[in-house]
Amino acid sequence: MCFPWDGQGLTDSITDMDWTALVFRVRDHQDRAAFAALFRHFAPRVKGFLMKSGASDTLAEECAQDVMATLWQKAHLFDPTRASVGTWVFTIARNRRIDALRKSRRPEPEDLPWGPEPEPDQAEVFEMAQETTRLGAAIAQLPEKQRQLIERAYYGDLSHSEIAEETGLPLGTIKSRIRLALERLRHHMS
Amino acid sequence: MNMIRHSLPDTLLMGYAAGTLPEAFNLLIAAHVSLSEDARARLGAFEAVGGSVLEDEASVAVADDCLEQMMARLDSLPQANARAAMQPDEIFPAPLADYMGRGLRWQSLGRGVKQAILKTDSAASARLLRIPAGQVMPDHGHKGTELTLVLQGAFIDGNRRYGRGDVDVATEETQHTPVAEAGMDCICLAATDAPLKFHGLLPRLVQPFFKI
Repeated sequence: MCFPWDGQGLTDSITDMDWTALVFRVRDHQDRAAFAALFRHFAPRVKGFLMKSGASDTLAEECAQDVMATLWQKAHLFDPTRASVGTWVFTIARNRRIDALRKSRRPEPEDLPWGPEPEPDQAEVFEMAQETTRLGAAIAQLPEKQRQLIERAYYGDLSHSEIAEETGLPLGTIKSRIRLALERLRHHMS
Repeated sequence: MNMIRHSLPDTLLMGYAAGTLPEAFNLLIAAHVSLSEDARARLGAFEAVGGSVLEDEASVAVADDCLEQMMARLDSLPQANARAAMQPDEIFPAPLADYMGRGLRWQSLGRGVKQAILKTDSAASARLLRIPAGQVMPDHGHKGTELTLVLQGAFIDGNRRYGRGDVDVATEETQHTPVAEAGMDCICLAATDAPLKFHGLLPRLVQPFFKI
C-alpha cells in the first residue's frame, strides 16, 4: 500500500482529519504504514515534550516508544468526536510521564458507559478537528509571556497555585463542542 | 446527571489535565469529573490545550533505528482491552471505589465524626469523612489547599450549600465552619496538601495521632 504521506517532511499539510483516518486504519486493519506515519509525526514531539518535562534523552525516547505502543494497542478507544489525535497522544504521554518520571498514580474518571462509536458522525469529527485547529491558532497568537506560562504549566514547571486564575485561553467553544458530543453519545445509548 | 453548583476552579482542572498534581488531588478530581458532565467537558478543553502544546513543541529527533525497533515490537504487543470496569455504587464513583477496595479503616474523631485515610503519594493526603446529620465540623484553618467533594448528604459553609458532586475549595485565608445538613449523614472526600490545623484543645491533641 502506498501513502502520499509516507515520506518524511510531508506531514505538515496533514490535518487532524487525516490523523484520525490513520488511527482508524490502525484500529481496523493493524495498518503498519499508517502507524509509521503517525510515529514519524508524533514520536519526536512526545520525546521533546518529555525532555522539557525533565526526562533524559534515553528515557524520553524509550517513553515515546511506549506512548506509540499504547496508541497501537488502544486505537479502538480513541473517540475523535471528543478529542483530536494530538490531544489523545498528549494524554497518553502525560500518563506515561506521571508513571515514569513522577512515580505516582493517576486515578482516571469513570469510563462513560457509552461510546466511542465505531463509525462516528463525520460532520462531528470534522467540527472537533476544526475547533482544535482554531484553539491551536488562538494559543499561537497569545502574547509570548502568557504562552510560555501555559507551556510551563503543562511541562510541570508550575504548581497549581502558580497557575494564573485567568489564563486568557479561549476555551468556551471547544468546551461546548465536547459537551455536545457527550450529550449526543448519551442520547444514542439511552 | 445531578446539578453541580460548585465546581472545581480552572487552575485545578488545568493541573489535572497537565498531570502535575499530587495523587490525592487527582483522586478527588477524577471522582468529581465522574459526577459532572460539565467538568468532563472543561477537562477535555484543557487536554486540548495540552495537545496543542505537544503539537507546537520543538520536537526532538528520535534515533535512526527507533521506528524500525518500534515496528519490530508491534506484533508482540497484546491488544489492550477497555479498562476492567471498576464498580461504582450509588455513593462512590469508580475511581474512589477502586481506592477503597484496597482496604478501608474508619477511625472516630469524636462527636460521631469518622474518617478513613486513603493511601496516596505523600505530596497530599486524601480521606473520607462521615459527619452525622446536623453536626458541626471542628473549626479549622489551613496551611495549603483543601478540597472537599460531597458524596452523600450536604453541608452548609457560611451561606453556601454543597450537595452531591459539589466541591468546596479552601485556601490559607479560609477560616470556615462547615455544618452537615440535617436529615442525612454527610459523606465527603477531602484532599489537602498540608496538615489541617484545628482550633480548640481536644482536636489539636487528636490531630497528630490521626494524621489529619
